[in-house]
Amino acid sequence: MTRIIEVRKGILKKNDELAANLREKFQSANVCVIDLVSSPGAGKTELLEKTLGSLKDKGYKVAALVGDLETENDANRLARSGVPVRQIETHGICHLEAEMIEKHLEGWDLNELDFLFIENVGNLVCPSSYDLGENFRCVFLAVTEGEDKPLKYPTIYNSSDVAVITKIDLAEAVEFNRETAVASIHAVRPGIPILEVSAKKDIGMDEWISFLESKANKKASVAESL
Amino acid sequence: MHELSIAVSIVEMVEENLPSEDVKVKKVNLRIGNFAGVVKDALLFSFEIAAKDSQLENATVEIEELPLIIYCDACDKNSEIGNPPIFRCEFCGEATPNIVQGKELEIVSVELEDDENN
Repeated sequence: MTRIIEVRKGILKKNDELAANLREKFQSANVCVIDLVSSPGAGKTELLEKTLGSLKDKGYKVAALVGDLETENDANRLARSGVPVRQIETHGICHLEAEMIEKHLEGWDLNELDFLFIENVGNLVCPSSYDLGENFRCVFLAVTEGEDKPLKYPTIYNSSDVAVITKIDLAEAVEFNRETAVASIHAVRPGIPILEVSAKKDIGMDEWISFLESKANKKASVAESL
Repeated sequence: MHELSIAVSIVEMVEENLPSEDVKVKKVNLRIGNFAGVVKDALLFSFEIAAKDSQLENATVEIEELPLIIYCDACDKNSEIGNPPIFRCEFCGEATPNIVQGKELEIVSVELEDDENN
């Protein structure tokens, strides 16, 4: 007779448990953690570089973890903003997992941070299943990508909490249809807030930074500003 | 291709739940939602690789696929959603983000090979 063993467990249970632990840690340290997802080339690093600089100038303590399959190029680039940055090289793995985050946080005092950005591997499929313990997930859609991308990659858009349309300065040149793009995003994720930015031309950056501040748990540690 | 990571997780989790290291698994029963972001064929392909030299080697995988179902507050009704998944209630046409089913990624049970000594 065949023996059957009931398992009834989530396949990603381990990741989910680790992520839940991380979330608790982040909450008790009062750090706002943002997971950035997009396809390769949507402008994550450019926007993140400017974001780190702006928040730092406002007196916030910020840090970033950057995921890529190979190279430390992005971490080196982001380090120019003068905040702590660590590269997570996944060596072929197409997404970040909670375990990688935990490992790369070693030695950082979370209590010292207001914001921690996690730049996920450029990929619109795989990261959607992996909780990293973040406060919220932000998906980027570049105007150069095509307005129906959310319909093609619905799971990542659906699992996100805010959508940012990037490279908006190129909208006219590529005949970007804003209404179609917004309708596509809302079709797969009703009610999600949508922002429009160009990091290069400094368009919409104030709104983006205000949005982040509204999500942060504590006020800027403004020191010696008076 | 995160299906390989998923397949490795399946092998690890099943092995942890086996009564001993001597038993071999004949079949793994999974429940996977259509909105879980997993490609069935890619998972089956990856499973063969992940199961090699484990207690799950040569096991078959049966996947129960679950359609995406959303719930509309106003109508108090569920709608089954096809592809591409447009999150609208099929009764009133209003957008709704409430997912009832479709993101499952579960190991339901495993069937063991008969003990050769019996």
